[in-house]
Amino acid sequence: MNMTRRQFLKQMGLLSLMSIMPISSNSWAYLGQNDNLNKPRLIVIFLRGAVDGLNVVVPYGDSHYFEYRPSIGLPRPGMADGILDLDGYFGLHPVLASVLPFWKENSLAFVHASGSPDPNRSHFEAQDYMESATPGNARTPDGWMNRLLGVLPKPHNPIQAVSFGETTPKSLMGPMTVANMPLGRGAANKTPLDRTDLEKVFNGFYNDDRELSHVYHEAITARKQLMTDLTAETKAANNGAPSVVGFASDTRQLAQLIAREPRVELAFLAVGGWDTHVNEGSHDGQLARHLNELGNGLAALVPGLGSTYDNTVIVVMSEFGRTAHENSNGGTDHGHGNVMWLMGGPIQGGKVYGKWPGLAPDALYQGRDLAVTTDFRDVLYQVNGRHFGLSPTQLAKVLPGFSATPTLMEGLIRA
Amino acid sequence: MVWQKQIGLTGIIMLWSVALVFAASTEELSGDARIMHLINRLSFGPQPGDFERVKAMGVERYIQAQLSPQTIAEAPGLVETVGEIQTLHMMPMTLLQLYDTPKPPPGQKQDPDVVKAARQKAKIILKEAREARLMRAIYSNRQLQEVMVDFWFNHFNIYSDKNQDLLWLGAYEEQAIRPYVLGRFRDLLGATAHHPAMLVYLDNAQNHVNHSKNALEGLNENYAREIMELHTMGVDGGYTQQDVIALARILTGWGPCNLNTPSTNSFGFCFRPNRHDKDDKVFLGKTIHASGESEGEEALDMLAKNPATAHHISYQLAQYFVADSPPKALVDQLARRYLQTDGNIREVLNTLFHSQTFWSIADTGNKYKTPYHYMVSAVRASGLSVANYQIIVNRLNQMGMPLYSCLTPDGYKNTKVDWLNPDALLQRLNFVSAFTTAHMDPGKKVDPNQLDNTLGDVFSDASRERINAAPEGIRAALMLASPEFMYF
Repeated sequence: MNMTRRQFLKQMGLLSLMSIMPISSNSWAYLGQNDNLNKPRLIVIFLRGAVDGLNVVVPYGDSHYFEYRPSIGLPRPGMADGILDLDGYFGLHPVLASVLPFWKENSLAFVHASGSPDPNRSHFEAQDYMESATPGNARTPDGWMNRLLGVLPKPHNPIQAVSFGETTPKSLMGPMTVANMPLGRGAANKTPLDRTDLEKVFNGFYNDDRELSHVYHEAITARKQLMTDLTAETKAANNGAPSVVGFASDTRQLAQLIAREPRVELAFLAVGGWDTHVNEGSHDGQLARHLNELGNGLAALVPGLGSTYDNTVIVVMSEFGRTAHENSNGGTDHGHGNVMWLMGGPIQGGKVYGKWPGLAPDALYQGRDLAVTTDFRDVLYQVNGRHFGLSPTQLAKVLPGFSATPTLMEGLIRA
Repeated sequence: MVWQKQIGLTGIIMLWSVALVFAASTEELSGDARIMHLINRLSFGPQPGDFERVKAMGVERYIQAQLSPQTIAEAPGLVETVGEIQTLHMMPMTLLQLYDTPKPPPGQKQDPDVVKAARQKAKIILKEAREARLMRAIYSNRQLQEVMVDFWFNHFNIYSDKNQDLLWLGAYEEQAIRPYVLGRFRDLLGATAHHPAMLVYLDNAQNHVNHSKNALEGLNENYAREIMELHTMGVDGGYTQQDVIALARILTGWGPCNLNTPSTNSFGFCFRPNRHDKDDKVFLGKTIHASGESEGEEALDMLAKNPATAHHISYQLAQYFVADSPPKALVDQLARRYLQTDGNIREVLNTLFHSQTFWSIADTGNKYKTPYHYMVSAVRASGLSVANYQIIVNRLNQMGMPLYSCLTPDGYKNTKVDWLNPDALLQRLNFVSAFTTAHMDPGKKVDPNQLDNTLGDVFSDASRERINAAPEGIRAALMLASPEFMYF
């Protein structure tokens, strides 16, 4: 996507703003059909529980890796169930063959030894810090994606940001309205409120200036729009067959919504099950099963997105990494540095970004974990600045108090 | 009932006061409004007849009775019905015997189908625990006890899908939470620390000293960290990573028994000396001399007495009973009471219920109900009997608050920011729409006049006008779907 088109879109946004009177600073107005499928999109997939990045993008060129992980270390490239080589030093977990094609066509990149500068090893705090993008400050009430939504060109629409699943994640919490999209079996079922007589009564009931009335009207509008999309999708995708429940089907649903619904610009999906303290496994086992599902899900996103893939950035992140050494339960404990994934047309892929600190004992953070050499906000800075084209003032709103080191991630987003 | 009007009038006076002096927030509720507020905060909302009952007995007597639940006669039949729920009253080792996945013969791999079948069979435990919990929350006369069971379970959360916790979650609540919800905090802390369900959930079952290699290699810090971060001192409590490691070492060897080892207590707790770190430890600046299991007791004593714990627990109680961001003065007052009474929860609550803030108009009807609270209060207000608890269980799943299935050890939050969002609001409206029209108690509809009477005049003029104008068949749904009923 080139800058002129982005400029053009911004002007479009300004023009629409002039013609539609917003109700309040964070309200939305219907955007109509002149919206554009080519504007920048973002999908964030959060791996809750701290994925073991050293067994995702494996530094097999570092001999300490095999020394530290006698039972959960992955077999070297070329061996049975071995690591899939990426660049002669790093390699992928063998169950991730599904995403290798994207690496080869240069739309998949990794940032290794990345993470939060905060030393916290609590899942909840670390997730909170990462989702608020203010490490060390537990008082930040909103998430960075909600703030991003706030600086995107107006007018806003009620399904501009969609959280997949039951509750709104911290990343999307804040003053801007986000929609929740049900997942899995039964997501498209009719509810009592889809009955027009009840809806009519409630519309009258929630018809004043109180907080709940605003929430209600946002809910009912988003519901109608998402239901229209979902019903169409389900019919097209399933062709009568029962739907599969799981991450792969969730991502398919997400991809189809984004591909056909120009109003959805930001999407968030969380996946759990990565807290592998016990019996993590190697080429098979607990982590392998989850990674397999993740890989398949990501691979399913691409055909689902169709041409939208060209202007979509997918970020896969997790709150922190895990200890370099395996523990005596065949697992790993809470660590520090980790790997971030970046995928999509705008990504200059086929490369592991970041400065590799190595796994030598004196290079480990507090003598036990992979060090962090890239602040996760440096990656988000690129996504916000180069992909969404935010100005320095807007960037300061999305990533408050952060001074980026742009040279670190040079070239991550295509010019 | 005219108490809504009183709020209105006092509210106007309050606005005047704001302009004149800054003491307006201490303006207290009075009359009938006081009674309804008390019922809303100490229970899961009024059921038919509650208002009249509490008015007759008086505010103070109601508070004291609720703080001593054993003095309150239970609802007819409830004790018997709950008593008949079999798996709820079994001991952890019995549950293991009856429901654990059978071990494969030596040298053979576990058959995944066997595992699946065993988990399926064990689901009855989850089903029964959920039914018992909802039944008591809806129908018990000891409402504050039920509020506190929910509060403390979230505080000491475990997760139904973590290994054997599927078998033990009901037993855990019965044995480690319920008996202590209004007692000493130290007892609650100790009971959870000695229950196999907690030790499995937070991986202390794996926490051991490694005698042959580096002693720290067998350590699992998970439980030690969460005890301090979530259960006692709170994340800003002032402990260090070194304290986490020290507590983990102190707790090495604490775990569940298995069927071949005799338990130390009736809940199936085992201390295994051969897995315990036998060196001295320095914890929170104090040397804990190596003495086996009693080191853990010493550490739990220290934690329960710590001022940071007093503050953390007080903050959470004030957040539940007063406001999402409770005033510092109240939290400090409660923390002082906690320290004076050696962590007596009943005394801390007694102080809370007599504080000015608890009764201040500014903090009335300001707590947004969680999905659990909302549904329990709706069923209570309706006066219907629940024929099938699965309907509520399923709704809770859809609303993102599956009972006993909160994955993270911080449990479910009770603040508005966590539960007020467009989609969740639709879920509530859908629930009451279905429920008020013969969905829950087959053949019976919610009587709108009785419901109106039960709820009192909580509605704003605008809501009241719309409720009165609505067709008879949906008036009950509208009352329960009203903005006023979303709060307590």
